[in-house]
Amino acid sequence: MTELISKKPFFERFAIWLKKNLFNTPTNSVISIFLLAFIWKGIEGLFTWIFIKGVWSGGASVCREAGGFCFPFLFEKTRFIIFGFYPDGQLWRPTCAMLILIGTLFYSKEPNRWNKKLAYLWSISTFFIFWLMGGGLGLTEVTNDKWGGLPLTLLLATIGIVCSYPLGIVLALMRRSKLKVLKSISVVYIEIIRGVPLISVLFMSSVMFPLFLPEGVNFDKLLRAQIAIILFVSAYMAEVIRGGLSSIPKGQYEAAHTLGLSYFDTMRSIIIPQAIRIVIPPTVNTAIGMFKDTSLVLIIALFDLLNTTKTSLRDPEWLGFSLEAYVFVGLIYFVFCFSMSKYSQRLEREFGMKER
Amino acid sequence: MSENMIEINDLNKWYDDFHVLKDINLSVRKGEKIVVCGPSGSGKSTMIRCINRLEEFQKGSLHVEGIPLNSDLKNIEQIRKEVGMVFQHFNLFPHLSIIDNLILAPMRVRKMPKKDATDMAMQYLEMVKIADQAHKFPGQLSGGQKQRVAIARSLCMKPKILLFDEPTSALDPEMVKEVLEVMVDLAKEGITMICVTHEMGFAREVADRVIFMDAGQILEENTPHEFFDNPQNERTKEFLSQIIN
Repeated sequence: MTELISKKPFFERFAIWLKKNLFNTPTNSVISIFLLAFIWKGIEGLFTWIFIKGVWSGGASVCREAGGFCFPFLFEKTRFIIFGFYPDGQLWRPTCAMLILIGTLFYSKEPNRWNKKLAYLWSISTFFIFWLMGGGLGLTEVTNDKWGGLPLTLLLATIGIVCSYPLGIVLALMRRSKLKVLKSISVVYIEIIRGVPLISVLFMSSVMFPLFLPEGVNFDKLLRAQIAIILFVSAYMAEVIRGGLSSIPKGQYEAAHTLGLSYFDTMRSIIIPQAIRIVIPPTVNTAIGMFKDTSLVLIIALFDLLNTTKTSLRDPEWLGFSLEAYVFVGLIYFVFCFSMSKYSQRLEREFGMKER
Repeated sequence: MSENMIEINDLNKWYDDFHVLKDINLSVRKGEKIVVCGPSGSGKSTMIRCINRLEEFQKGSLHVEGIPLNSDLKNIEQIRKEVGMVFQHFNLFPHLSIIDNLILAPMRVRKMPKKDATDMAMQYLEMVKIADQAHKFPGQLSGGQKQRVAIARSLCMKPKILLFDEPTSALDPEMVKEVLEVMVDLAKEGITMICVTHEMGFAREVADRVIFMDAGQILEENTPHEFFDNPQNERTKEFLSQIIN
């Protein structure tokens, strides 16, 4: 039967599918027609806005007249949205840095590459990324208050996730520790951090923290924001990982004890690897959340992707094209978040197949 | 004292108000095979789990190879190196392949190089007739195979004493035999064994002594021959008649 259908031409197969899934009873047919009409309305509107009324060339006045999607606005502003205040003529540097970052991330996605070599690769990549971004050693120096846009968002997010993860593991282990002191430190830390919004942590790091420093000691603003993000996310990661830890059966600990493995070895080789596999979905959930939350650094005047977008809207010549700007930047966020989500599903599948 | 591998004196254990083990006295000679049986809840598992300190006890003393088992971590570590254990539910590490399950502890605890550990592990896998599965994961094996892997895994630490906690109770009937065969082979090698089991055929074949426990006490202790054919205690008789039916 299925073979027969699959031999028929596409259109006929599509008709069969429609009949089977959308128009199998009169009631379903009516509902389908209504929903299809509704979906069509939406698509039609979007299509008209982008392609029919859309403007490809000209200035702001042409766009305003047409009332469609204003591509010239994007042509004009993409450079600022993506790179912020990074000096003109040096844009190849953040571009290369981003490519290195994305390339290294891409290379790291295969679990069978997770070994010492990968750690070396990451340290080399990190060096090049910061060299390209910051300059020195033959490149013109670009201080990090000029960094912005996508490279800044990617750096804040990647470093945030990579550093908060091990910190989260340590906090989770501490919270499950039998030692009261360790446990209390972890509980207090996690509850305080989770009890306040990220904005306030960022604000404290940027405004209040310098007040406590001795005169003359200056602590980089970007670094402070990065540390604030790491500290904030690690509390959430800790709770996610703790969930995984408590789902490991007692028998695993007993088997490890019986074999004479130390606490450290038991955790490192038996318990943590299993726990973090179990909590892949909530971990990625937290990671996606933090990727988007990096946009809050705008309140301490860092020009991340969302802030450069907002700033580009303030250009008096191009007022009123916020929809275009947000659709554009929304797509960029979506691409990264969706990739993370897809990747997490793949990891889950891969671990699930072999081991269960 | 010195020739006894395990020396248990007046061992008592409570779970809150519940008195699980009452005045247990037991000595096990080097190379001796002991089968412990008794109704469920009689404290057999708890007793053998005390021997490698998976359970604590409140009163009495327990020596393994002359080392006292107390809260001293060094002693616990020392004893766990000498005492292997096989569990009812195997407790293999599901995220590691069979061979990695076996070589982990020798490499980490005994600091063996990977190659030596792998060679040794393969020998033990051959002994339990499962070498061809070395690169599979526990989830891909049957219960009987898993239990044989678990036995091989504990052997890799070259323990002097091997504890079995109902090793065949979680298995489908047709898989019990393959595990028992391995255990019989092992018994012939001269390792000291304490086995909690209801497999009476196994007890007759390999045990030097059979111990009957009920309500936290050792009620009877005898050679298998005497134990099965001429039980002394009323509870033993009752238990045996129930098992045989």
